[in-house]
Amino acid sequence: MMELDEIDLHLLKELQRDCSRSAGSFVEQLGLSQPAIWRRIKRFYEEGIISGKRLVLDTEKVGFSVTVFLGIKLARKGQVRLEDFERAVTAIPEVQTVEHVLGVYDYRIRIVARDIPDFERILRRRIMTLPGAGEIEANVLLSEEKRQGPV
Amino acid sequence: MLTELDSRILRIYQSEPDIQMANLASKAGTTPAVLSRRLGRLRQNGQIVAIEAVINWQILGYKVEVSLRVTLDKTHHMAFDNFMSEARKIVEVIEIQTFLGKVDVRLLVISKDMDDYQRVYRQRILHLPHILEIEPLMHIARVRNSEVLPV
Repeated sequence: MMELDEIDLHLLKELQRDCSRSAGSFVEQLGLSQPAIWRRIKRFYEEGIISGKRLVLDTEKVGFSVTVFLGIKLARKGQVRLEDFERAVTAIPEVQTVEHVLGVYDYRIRIVARDIPDFERILRRRIMTLPGAGEIEANVLLSEEKRQGPV
Repeated sequence: MLTELDSRILRIYQSEPDIQMANLASKAGTTPAVLSRRLGRLRQNGQIVAIEAVINWQILGYKVEVSLRVTLDKTHHMAFDNFMSEARKIVEVIEIQTFLGKVDVRLLVISKDMDDYQRVYRQRILHLPHILEIEPLMHIARVRNSEVLPV
């Protein structure tokens, strides 16, 4: 496990919000030199603590007013290959995340749609026709907060 | 709403948040000047929110990830508000989502190992107010995690 000090944690917290900030913009706040801050940030990327960047869009303002989480149980009758299901589900453009889970469902997927009719189209034409899809539970997302976590 | 060009820019930019602006302009089939104007407009409209660093919690030692699907006692009119404000105080909770459907709230909880998870679950989660039912989903694998919008 990586050892992080107070300054690292502070940097991580800030970069989680906005990673387009330059090392120089932290100088005053942290009382460290720009190269020292730059080295710390570089280490986050090198060691994989920061695994990537994400362009965050306002889902609604770019035209997707509906986000739905589906819990999908695979039908047990007839052998369903997980790979077949996974390949088919990841090919659907409206599917944002696919998680293989252990619990009441086998998969948990996140779908975006322009509106309810659009969601219905995706559900009927793409989801219900997935190989091996059994019982499906839908929960419409009302609000979402990403927290900063234990940094 | 988005123009054809905006959609093109956002499609490329979402998949490569690290891309150089000159490169993004040429891939989107426009000039750097037009690109910079469009991006400025998208930010101003709040369509582009930020570029975030994605933290790999596993590397920081948080190996266990559990989704808790919570049903609340909605006979209490403040159930949602009370629950959410208490849940925000738990640092291991990295996502809070509310739903319309069978599940009311979902918490994404990370912890170092099963002992740590037990501690968070027993000492923090179970003390949250107005819980009727909690159902855990243990994450096995992320098949896709793009959160890319099909603009």
